[in-house]
Amino acid sequence: MTAQVIGSEAQANPVKDQSQLRQKRMIADHYKRLSTAREDGRKVVYTFVPGNLTELLGALDLLPVLPEINALQSGMRGKSAGYIAEAEKAGHSEDVCSYVKCDLGMSLKGNLGPTGEKMPAPDALLLSYTGCFTFMKWFEILREQYQCPVLMLHVPYQGDGSITPEMRRYVVDQLRHEIVPALEKIAGKKLDEAELGRRLAASARAEDDLVKVWESGKKRPSPVDGYFGGVYYVGPIFSAFRGTEEAATYYQELRTEVDARAARGEGPMTPDGPMGKEKYRLVVEGPPCWTSFNDFWHMFSSEGAVVVASTYTRVGGLYDTGFRHDPEHPYESMADYCLGCYTNLNLPSRVDLLERYVKEYEADGFLVNSVKSCNSFSVGQLQMMRILQERTGVPGGFIESDLVDARYFGKANISNRLQSFFQMVEARRARKDLPLPPPVEGRLLQLGRTA
Amino acid sequence: MSDPAEASLQKAKELVEDLDFKHVTSWKTEHPGALVVGHLPIYVPRPLFEAMGCLPVTIFGGGDQLDVVRGDSFFQSYICHLPRSTVELGLRGSLDAFDAFVFPSTCDVIRNLSGMWKMLFPKKAVAYLDMPQNFSPELGGRFYAAELRRVAAMLVQSGAKPLTSEALSLAIVHENQRQALLDELQALRTQEPWRIRASEAYLATRAGTQLAASDHSTLLLELLKGFRERPARAYDNARVVVVGSFCEQPPFGLIRTLEQSGCDIVVDDFQLGLTAIRGPIPLREGEEPLDSLVRAFLVQGTPTACRYVGNAPKGQALLTQIKQHRADGVVFLAASFCDPALLDQPMLEKALDDAKVPHTSVKFSENTAQFQPVREQAGAFGDSLKLWGGRP
Repeated sequence: MTAQVIGSEAQANPVKDQSQLRQKRMIADHYKRLSTAREDGRKVVYTFVPGNLTELLGALDLLPVLPEINALQSGMRGKSAGYIAEAEKAGHSEDVCSYVKCDLGMSLKGNLGPTGEKMPAPDALLLSYTGCFTFMKWFEILREQYQCPVLMLHVPYQGDGSITPEMRRYVVDQLRHEIVPALEKIAGKKLDEAELGRRLAASARAEDDLVKVWESGKKRPSPVDGYFGGVYYVGPIFSAFRGTEEAATYYQELRTEVDARAARGEGPMTPDGPMGKEKYRLVVEGPPCWTSFNDFWHMFSSEGAVVVASTYTRVGGLYDTGFRHDPEHPYESMADYCLGCYTNLNLPSRVDLLERYVKEYEADGFLVNSVKSCNSFSVGQLQMMRILQERTGVPGGFIESDLVDARYFGKANISNRLQSFFQMVEARRARKDLPLPPPVEGRLLQLGRTA
Repeated sequence: MSDPAEASLQKAKELVEDLDFKHVTSWKTEHPGALVVGHLPIYVPRPLFEAMGCLPVTIFGGGDQLDVVRGDSFFQSYICHLPRSTVELGLRGSLDAFDAFVFPSTCDVIRNLSGMWKMLFPKKAVAYLDMPQNFSPELGGRFYAAELRRVAAMLVQSGAKPLTSEALSLAIVHENQRQALLDELQALRTQEPWRIRASEAYLATRAGTQLAASDHSTLLLELLKGFRERPARAYDNARVVVVGSFCEQPPFGLIRTLEQSGCDIVVDDFQLGLTAIRGPIPLREGEEPLDSLVRAFLVQGTPTACRYVGNAPKGQALLTQIKQHRADGVVFLAASFCDPALLDQPMLEKALDDAKVPHTSVKFSENTAQFQPVREQAGAFGDSLKLWGGRP
């Protein structure tokens, strides 16, 4: 669910920061380790980004593979169309999640990873059922294919907008009594709790630095793009590296670089080089479209639109509301992490978070990129947009695309919609005294029922 | 000679087609102060609500009888149809008589709809009911019991009677009686599918989602008597299982089309809400009835697309069902954009292929209006089953 710096096509910018080079090296090393995992006698566990237990896997010397990341990498490298076609040929419906189909297609075509090296088959599938129902079906399908055990960690949904003691206990008990023993069996060794604690402490340091990076988006101009750039920033922490010293170093470096950019009054870097004058400050809800990532970004950066905060970059961990992994309470904090991922929040909580971002980051517009593949994100976004518009007074925009199915990215259509949206932001800025048109739902409620 | 089941079937049909929920309003008049709890289609523990003096009523959206205008403005084109018509029902006031709403964990759509509902209808009590995907009594069981208590507390706060062990035991007894009659109905379909058509069984079962268990039992007794007494002759149709209907319901005309195309639907999963627990819920001496309810969910749950099957082989339950009901083939009938059903389907198809069981698949929306292609496809499938056992 996050971008990672693989190959030159990911970012055309020739001048890379230290942190970018570090991330690239970390990822290349990880894929190298995966490619030789069998020869090296290392065990491999496939798992998902939201609710991942990377510190636990690392403490047991297990190598994680994240199929969502493989899928988005395939999308960025132009491979997803072929992989999706392969999965649909094998009987998977065009209606369902393109990440799933892309991943299945990739494995049907030889399971070559982003670096072109063959990915190892899993020794186990760690199914962290956090914020997405499709994850369960995805790993049921992979289990049929790989014939390996699935370890289910059921993470309850925050239906009432909070984590109850019962929910926390349920997750903690599953971790203690089922997940850890099963992982120990696969790893062939006992969990070293001290090592787990060290990793959780490293995670907390990285999380502190990442939050500072996010909060730099409150400055004018913002030195970061919290969506397009943000997906690179979350690469290490959302994937195989949270809990490692190298990831902590990466975030320290990133924070230093961002602070320096802010001190120089510079905006974010884009694929076309440094961004020009900051014209629009936006909050974005929903994942990006990976198959046309740079095109999509260009539609914003060329207009001077910077995304000061986004929710997609909170899908693998929501840290700017205060959560940190805690070595003193390892199981409880792993549980809270899983329970607190963005798509595990109920819709009213998601609206509250977006409202907070719009206000605290002084955004002058918010935009929903609704992706066909992800019901977890998409269902309710139209309503969220209308409520946000009412609460914040800033205009909302809505575009549609998909994660890795290029058939759903209509470049001209999206570009037109964005142009209109920017005009609306401009108009609103010029005439703040004018009321916004009543949102559709408001009109409906006036005409219809108010229960 | 008139059909002895006709009057009862008409009663069931009226309940199923009542999109203004007039029966709910009547029930409330007869039960002053009692609450009506609306819930989305997949399983909720109905005895819990009945024990608190509430009437649990399943909301299936608007089917093909509702013009969805406002509901559509809340959902993108790639979202299934059920939430649209459900929102439409809410906005047009059809659900005003409902006091509380429960959204059982089913899929991401129903889950998010629970939050939408909270924002759309802030004066109503709304709960998302999380079902455990861990089936250990100490883990999933304990969590589920806490979930049930949480929902019960919400209902008490809304004016329902507090939950007592006695009332819950009685409600479970009533539910078991209903389940026994549903089993009888199923047995009759398996034995003599020409005596009770799938569309009739559908009405007989679905009507129960609008009634208290004991009222449904009364209706089922009438219907069973009528079905048994009606003159009937056997048809040489293909025996098929229909799976995948899940949550969004097919239009009634689509079920009729399937049965008119030469297929006897000997078993289906149209009404998972009433068939999610297999067999009676055992009440044990010295055990809290709430724990009995929990245990039944953990160990007697019907395998569905929204229930994690653990490391058991996928499709095993379907193969057992085929054998048990002597079916010749399977018709997959999934709603468009229904992730759970559509993601499940290739796995089930593979299990059928491995066991050499013929199958075909059809997609629908609740408001699908064109049945001719389905008639042709199902007709050809039924013919192939009769002529060649479905195999090339």
